[in-house]
Amino acid sequence: MNVILLFLAAIAAIIIWWLSGQRLTSKPWLETGSVQLPDQHGTERPPVPAVKIGLFVFLGVVGALFSLAVSAYFMRAASADWWGMPVPRLLWVNTAALALSSASLQWAKREAQHGRMESLRPALVTGLALAVFFLAGQIQAWRELTAAGYVLADNPANSFFYMLTGLHGLHILGGLAVLTHTTVRAFSTEVAPDRLRLSVDLSAIYSHFMFAVWLLLFALFAGWANDFVDLCRTLLN
Amino acid sequence: MVEIPSGSIPSAEVEDVELYHPHSWWTKYVFSQDAKIIAVQYSITAISIGLVALVLSWLMRIQLAFPGYFAFIDADHYYQFITMHGMIMVIYLLTALFLGGFGNYLIPLMVGARDMVFPYANMLSYWIYLLAVLILAAGFFAPGGPTGAGWTLYPPQSVLSGTPGGKDWGILLMLTSLIVFIIGFTMGGLNYVVTVLQGRARGMTLMRMPLTVWGIFTATVMALLAFPALFVACVMMLFDRVLGTSFFMPAIVEMGTQLQHGGGSPILFQHLFWFFGHPEVYIVALPAFGIVSDLISTHARKNIFGYRMMVWAIVIIGGLSFVVWAHHMYVSGMHPAFGFFFATTTLIIAIPTAIKVYNWVLTLWRGDIHLALPMLFALAFIVTFVNGGLTGLFLGNVVVDVPLSDTMFVVAHFHMVMGVAPILVIFGAIYHWYPKVTGRMLDETLGQIHFWITFLGTYAIFFPMHYLGLLGVPRRYFEMGETAFVPPSAHTLNIFITVMALVVGAGQMVFLFNLVWSLFRGREAGGNPWRATTLEWQTPQTPPAHGNWGRDLPVVYRWAYDYSVPGAAEDFIPQNVPASDGVTREAPA
Repeated sequence: MNVILLFLAAIAAIIIWWLSGQRLTSKPWLETGSVQLPDQHGTERPPVPAVKIGLFVFLGVVGALFSLAVSAYFMRAASADWWGMPVPRLLWVNTAALALSSASLQWAKREAQHGRMESLRPALVTGLALAVFFLAGQIQAWRELTAAGYVLADNPANSFFYMLTGLHGLHILGGLAVLTHTTVRAFSTEVAPDRLRLSVDLSAIYSHFMFAVWLLLFALFAGWANDFVDLCRTLLN
Repeated sequence: MVEIPSGSIPSAEVEDVELYHPHSWWTKYVFSQDAKIIAVQYSITAISIGLVALVLSWLMRIQLAFPGYFAFIDADHYYQFITMHGMIMVIYLLTALFLGGFGNYLIPLMVGARDMVFPYANMLSYWIYLLAVLILAAGFFAPGGPTGAGWTLYPPQSVLSGTPGGKDWGILLMLTSLIVFIIGFTMGGLNYVVTVLQGRARGMTLMRMPLTVWGIFTATVMALLAFPALFVACVMMLFDRVLGTSFFMPAIVEMGTQLQHGGGSPILFQHLFWFFGHPEVYIVALPAFGIVSDLISTHARKNIFGYRMMVWAIVIIGGLSFVVWAHHMYVSGMHPAFGFFFATTTLIIAIPTAIKVYNWVLTLWRGDIHLALPMLFALAFIVTFVNGGLTGLFLGNVVVDVPLSDTMFVVAHFHMVMGVAPILVIFGAIYHWYPKVTGRMLDETLGQIHFWITFLGTYAIFFPMHYLGLLGVPRRYFEMGETAFVPPSAHTLNIFITVMALVVGAGQMVFLFNLVWSLFRGREAGGNPWRATTLEWQTPQTPPAHGNWGRDLPVVYRWAYDYSVPGAAEDFIPQNVPASDGVTREAPA
């Protein structure tokens, strides 16, 4: 459960940081009158849209989900019947595809901010295609592993591999649905540029997050995470 | 008057939003995106499935007091009743009613918003919740019946053929239903959190929010972080059951055949389950804490004592509740150092909780107490919660927990603290807000009957159970049989408890009748029958119309507890009354 506790500590730090700006020590019973709001001064940044806050909260939930699954992975991996499983070379290609997908969405975000529709469209399509390629590659990797005899129920390492990649794939799939919607809108003529900019922004954030999750999972499967944990253990002892 | 430093207040102001306007009866009342309708839908569904759980508890109690009286209650059915009763009450009733019901109704109105920020996701949240309830209820009609694994669903027994539903549909439906519930809850939960963060009216700083909103908000954040643990556990158990993996399943012989599983860790499931399960206690308790604070303040006509402490205590309890989960696992065995750690954190939670109890009592002290129905339920809550909380201090200690863990003492403890106590708050809250939801008051006489039956009756049920537990009467047993260490008088007590349970259950019919009868015949309530300060009582129409506030959003000038302000014309000043209309106070030197 160390992983989830670390994750929660990070969340707690964010919450404490946020609460510290909320005047929790004020004495509301002594205050009357409407509060002066900062955006009345005109110098402040525009408020963050609610959808964006919603996305960040959702990413917190997804982060908790994967932290818990990884916690379970480590706890189960401590038992004697655990044999590591080979990492198919295809996963490297998939990782590259997901990285490029994330990068092209970042590119799309920049184009959208500058209002350049004609370069926004290819960026979005590239990002979409690469993410689809990633998913197809993951399924191909599953097929290769199954063909090589590494089936789901054989060993807990296999089970975790299929479950974690499956969970991650489902989250990518959900992101793809939204991204497809955004891309279709980018090609339509009557779309408010503000809304489109926000959608592209959110898609980019989500794809970066899922890429980061993938990197951590990949490190786990490749065994680097174990080496790292061993190193920490040695240092502590 | 204290000047508020400008610039340090984060913007909570949103531009007035374009609402989705329904076009037909279907989109107005069925597939509604209005949080108020969704709240009522959530409440009706939760209470309906809760009634099923109530009947199940009757059947269990009948079996305990009159073993064999009903031939159809055999051991399998008994365990199915226990399991479904527990799961329905904790998740599908309490969680759904506090967050989906009260959260949806009260958050937008109390913070001065027109609706939740994502109305469409909010609607989906309800329909997915309904789907989860239907999948759960389908268990009663599935081959083999619902699962009888106990509400904790501990593997390996939960997926083996010795347990009802283990090799049939029961456990599959249960796990699927939980997964669906969590997906639906996440959609709703995002709404509650982001609405509090982004949807507050002008002037509504966090420290001016009513404690109800604080409680629901913190509980939702906790639920969003804790439910994924149950989600992961359910997915992994489904894999074990359907696909033959060994996440939780050790090598095991079932009915003489060696199963394919091997090496899995049942303790891993317990960790995941209780990592969700303990915060769940406070997911139910924190909204109750918040609501009861508002009820007490309103009906004692006095500002809440120690508002800041109350807020801090809610946040601290929320944080601490994530590091105590293993106190549910003392009997599973653990390193003594861990036992010490978890016992310590468990006892530390008593501090912020005690602060809240003291503050409620100090709010009452020299207040102008009106013993209206919501107040009666709030007072009953304090007493019940203190009782249940004190036995929690016993059970939090490893050495006391180990002998008591499998006895009726634990049943008594958690029913007091997270069964009866939150339910009393739910009743109080319904008596309090029903006039806002419907425009009519609930009948006072029927309410009094309901209150006294419920309050005294639940004490008659659960108080003696502590004694049974200390005698060593085990929990989870279908029947006692010949047990040397339990005196025969324990059985007499069991009969008494069952009779009281039947009475209390039947007493709830008075409440249901009252809900329906008052809808048509209740006294007209007017906009603010309790003369309360919070924003939901200041809406231009009662019940509030679509969009809540008419043309202009409210502006908040003061905190939520300006009751009996010296020098004011009335004994309450609503939050949206400007400073010049009320009285301003000097800061004490």
